Amino acid sequence: MKAPAFGYERAHSVEEALLFYASGDEDAKYLAGGQSLGPLLNLRLARPSMLIDVRSIDELRECTQTPDGLVIGAGVTHAAIEDGAVPGPVGAFLAVIAHGIAYRAVRNRGTLGGSLAHADPAADWVSTMALLDAQLDVRGVTGERQVPAESLVEGPLATKLAPDELVVSVRLPGWSAAARFSYYKFNRKPGEFADAIAGFAYDPERGVCRAVIGATDGAPAVIADALELLAAAEASEAAVTAAGFEPGSFEHHVHAVALRRARDRLIAR
Amino acid sequence: MKPLHFTVNGKAVVTRVAPRTHLADLLREELRLTGTNLGCEHGVCGACTLEVDGAPARSCLTLAITCEGAKVRTIEGFDDDPVMAALREAFSEHHALQCGYCTPGMLVTARDIVIRLPQADEARIREELAGNLCRCTGYVGIVRAIASVIAARNSAAGGR
Ligand SMILES: Cc1cc2nc3c(=O)[nH]c(=O)nc-3n(C[C@H](O)[C@H](O)[C@H](O)COP(=O)(O)OP(=O)(O)OC[C@H]3O[C@@H](n4cnc5c(N)ncnc54)[C@H](O)[C@@H]3O)c2cc1C
Ligand code: FES
Ligand code: FES
Repeated sequence: MKAPAFGYERAHSVEEALLFYASGDEDAKYLAGGQSLGPLLNLRLARPSMLIDVRSIDELRECTQTPDGLVIGAGVTHAAIEDGAVPGPVGAFLAVIAHGIAYRAVRNRGTLGGSLAHADPAADWVSTMALLDAQLDVRGVTGERQVPAESLVEGPLATKLAPDELVVSVRLPGWSAAARFSYYKFNRKPGEFADAIAGFAYDPERGVCRAVIGATDGAPAVIADALELLAAAEASEAAVTAAGFEPGSFEHHVHAVALRRARDRLIAR
Repeated sequence: MKPLHFTVNGKAVVTRVAPRTHLADLLREELRLTGTNLGCEHGVCGACTLEVDGAPARSCLTLAITCEGAKVRTIEGFDDDPVMAALREAFSEHHALQCGYCTPGMLVTARDIVIRLPQADEARIREELAGNLCRCTGYVGIVRAIASVIAARNSAAGGR
């Protein structure tokens, strides 16, 4: 099908994007890579009055190491992350995950911020950023705030973000050089959305061990203290049950297997 | 309708476009470049894959209006490209096409694999091709064709 009619403005700064939003109506939407919005428009599941294109905002494409961690611009593409745009061990972990998102032609345009704002519970960044304890820097018409990645998603394609709020960057805490990460995505064909996601992030130096169970019905389930889970593979089933999956169901099984495999991968590192 | 200035296959194009028009429709319907095919129009099949600013993109998920100032290259724009010439030859030799519907997108993706991943083995080629569906060939010939071009380039580079 073809997209419905809408207006279009190109913003060159965050301020300009917010100004376009403020001067339009509430059915305006931001456009980043269009790799999730495009299908929704072509299927006429989204009918925005206007698209505010944020691809030309340089600030959204910056990626910096700070004393406290990393700040990745919301407009950084999956392909840039795959190719190593994010420095350090966390960057290497993110590169592997980026490689597993969709296909190169989609990764060349799709962005980190667009993926988080779109909030498909099966999206890779939704789970990954919750696992890594990231914060979203968000700016709206009336001010700015931070939203923890862990509590961003409220349901399928629903977030805590107000319609005017633009994700500017994603802030990651400083994981030490000793930190290890693992990720397991279960899908039937490379590049498809996940049937199940699981990951571990273990930083012995900071005493942090987190795990995530993703591709749920809504927000990813974060296990903030996952040392016990790391110690005993048998704890996986109970963790998946606690994440809301019905024991005995197919979904419970694939998520438990994903969690065990993510655990194996962390131990193998 | 909004003004749009961009480059298609090296030629400057100035036109007006409705924001809802995706790049493939503009190329096919207005510029009459029908080499770009449309299958699913939601990013899955890869038939519409072309190059925007040197990188493969889905033209069904790229609004034409977002291409202001961009350099677009469609399958019609690779006549003088040596890598594409080698791929065309190899596709023909290895029976990598039948009806040809997937072929323009397949070739653009193949060229990206050859240039970006000179070490790609069969498994990697197959993984990279996951976003381009072919209903005819079963992929065996396509994978062989791409592998043969990579091998020829590597031995040419090694022999220099
Ligand atoms: C065939 C196919 C396969 C895919 N497979 C996967 C997969 O395996 N895993 C995966 O994780 N994803 C997958 N995706 C989705 C892909 O990752 C998208 O790129 C991503 O979800 C959206 O990013 P975008 O930049 O294209 O956002 P857009 O499509 O431009 O926007 C998506 C939504 O976010 C909003 N938005 C965009 N940027 C911002 C911002 N900075 N602040 C606030 N709101 C914003 C838009 O208004 C819109 O509602 C796939 C997509 C396709 C087409
Ligand atoms: S038509 Fe664009 S990917 Fe299928
Ligand atoms: S040759 Fe017919 S779809 Fe590929």
